[in-house]
Amino acid sequence: MRYLTARKRAEGKGAAHTGTGHHWSMTVSAVALAFLVPVWLYIFGRALGQSRDAVLETFASPFPAILTGLLLVVGMRHFAMGATMMIEDYVRGTARKMLVIFVISLAWMIGAVGIFALAKIAL
Amino acid sequence: MAEAKRVERPLSPHIQIYRWQVPMLTSILTRVTGHALVAGVLLAVWWLLAAATSDEYFTVANTVATSWFGDLVFTGSLWAVWYHYLAGLRHLYYDAGHGLDIPTAEKLGWTCIIGSVVLTVITILLVQ
Repeated sequence: MRYLTARKRAEGKGAAHTGTGHHWSMTVSAVALAFLVPVWLYIFGRALGQSRDAVLETFASPFPAILTGLLLVVGMRHFAMGATMMIEDYVRGTARKMLVIFVISLAWMIGAVGIFALAKIAL
Repeated sequence: MAEAKRVERPLSPHIQIYRWQVPMLTSILTRVTGHALVAGVLLAVWWLLAAATSDEYFTVANTVATSWFGDLVFTGSLWAVWYHYLAGLRHLYYDAGHGLDIPTAEKLGWTCIIGSVVLTVITILLVQ
């Protein structure tokens, strides 16, 4: 016996069956990245091409380190969700599942490597 | 019964027969740049990991990151990130229900294309 009415199960979910959660997450991460990215581009661009000591000094300071950490977490989440959406648009069946798992894993992997490097430099 | 007359239904527009337009091109480019950016992120994170590891490893990664190949990846990624940035802002603007008429949408598309190139040049000059 179903305790939920058909209407209650369908309400607010739309064609995606999951409601607006995905869209809202992308909106929130996009706004966050709009603030993070320009500052990070400047810091990274300045550090690139310098000696190792200068690079370590840059990323050991609190602001660049926290900014880079945030960028990695928010950015890789944004990437994983966007890539999932693209795969869902163009691929079906088992290939879709494998590719979605691959991009989510790739995003976590990049994030973890970056956070490890940051921790090693900054702490 | 099986010989029932088939109804002539309109076909949905298809990418090969669609005339290319600015809003269409800029929408597709948003997806392309967003995904291509993973190349620049990989190179940057590898470079940072090498900096965290040792002098020898950093020399290897830094040589690659500052070679013509690194310049190509990072300059391409810089344009891609600025393009994706402007197109993302446009997306937020569209989501709020603005700019959806054709003349405005075309102008916003050109703003993304030209603006991304301008911002790329400014960033390169700033960080040199």
